[in-house]
Amino acid sequence: MTAPDTPRSAGFRLGLFAALGLGLVALVAIATREPIARSRDRELREEIAELVPPGSYDNDPLRDQVARPADEPALDGYRARRAGAVVAVILLPTAPDGYNGAIRLAVAIRPDGSLIGVRVLAHRETPGLGDRIELEKSPWIRSFEGRSLQEPERVRWKVRRDGGAFDQFAGATITPRAVVGAVYRTLEYFQRHKAVLLEAGPQGQE
Amino acid sequence: MATPDLSIGARLRAGLWDQNQALVALLGLCPLLAVSTSVVNGLGLGLATTLTLLLTNTVVALLRPWLMPAIRLPLLVLIIAAIVSTIDLAMDAWLHGLHRTLGIFIPLIVTNCIILSRAEVYAAKHGVVSAWLDAATMGAGFTAVLVVLGGLRELLGTGSLFDHAELLFGPVARDWSWRLFAADRGLLLALLPPGAFIGLGLLVALKNCLDGLRPSRSGSSSETP
Repeated sequence: MTAPDTPRSAGFRLGLFAALGLGLVALVAIATREPIARSRDRELREEIAELVPPGSYDNDPLRDQVARPADEPALDGYRARRAGAVVAVILLPTAPDGYNGAIRLAVAIRPDGSLIGVRVLAHRETPGLGDRIELEKSPWIRSFEGRSLQEPERVRWKVRRDGGAFDQFAGATITPRAVVGAVYRTLEYFQRHKAVLLEAGPQGQE
Repeated sequence: MATPDLSIGARLRAGLWDQNQALVALLGLCPLLAVSTSVVNGLGLGLATTLTLLLTNTVVALLRPWLMPAIRLPLLVLIIAAIVSTIDLAMDAWLHGLHRTLGIFIPLIVTNCIILSRAEVYAAKHGVVSAWLDAATMGAGFTAVLVVLGGLRELLGTGSLFDHAELLFGPVARDWSWRLFAADRGLLLALLPPGAFIGLGLLVALKNCLDGLRPSRSGSSSETP
């Protein structure tokens, strides 16, 4: 099928294909929206189950999002409950100052402000060096368990090289420093908004 | 350019060896080097790229009469982009772990020169079946290099092979990993970009060496099918 080789027919044909291509991608995007959301949710649920012992809560944290305070940039978060009472608040901060970009974290905090644990959700740190923040690569990330704003005291919430209580890695200081900073700021955020974060809000708010 | 149709055996030899897109044509090196850090990653991206090749070659061969010379290249890019977007969404939905690991390199398949090259050089000038076979064999060759280089880098860099197979094959594959030595005793260089370049260079050298050893090989690598 040939059309006269004029700019107009060429343009028309190109436009036609563009519309077809867009249409196809739009259809696929709609068809996959649900499965993608479910995959993301499943991933997040698995991360939470790793952080907060599954026996200690009986709700679906993804259905219990924390309220967002109006006076500052809010952190996303979820709550784990047992028999209606909050047993853990899982906040999702991002450390912007990693060696190679932002590091997304999951920080689980008990209602009394102590840390249940921290996990790295996504990062682009250097393999063999900064990537030791991953639990798979090293147990370092577990050194946050049980800590709080008082333990260690504020001036010691740093890597050892900066005079603090947390190890850094041989050859990689920037990465652990970023994570330590982000976890501390998250604990402070929790402290500031404790009442709002722990309130027994209506379930299923989303 | 009408040439007699090649047999499947001839095509396989071309795609896997004589005209291997990664080792001979040296195309698609960006994803090759970045993603070949493990067998599973390499296999995953190789399969995604091959699927893209199959779809684009088929579509382009079917649309041959419609490809006006003036807009042929924009049309090819449009077709490739639409297909890759579809694959990216599908992987996000159903191979979520692998999608997260491969990250930006799935949409970057659009820029993989192999796709455009095969579409322009072959699919635009041949029938659907030929184009499909070409895509399959060229894709197989690229995937093979991804897997071999991935295997080398994974073994040297982390001491294992087939780690994280569950990303591609599901939970049943969690135990398929084989470990030779502990992960933190690996050669870090193998996991970093310079190691990838060196590894690829060694593979190209090895291939050239093996070619040189073959008796009276006619210069078939310069033929185009």
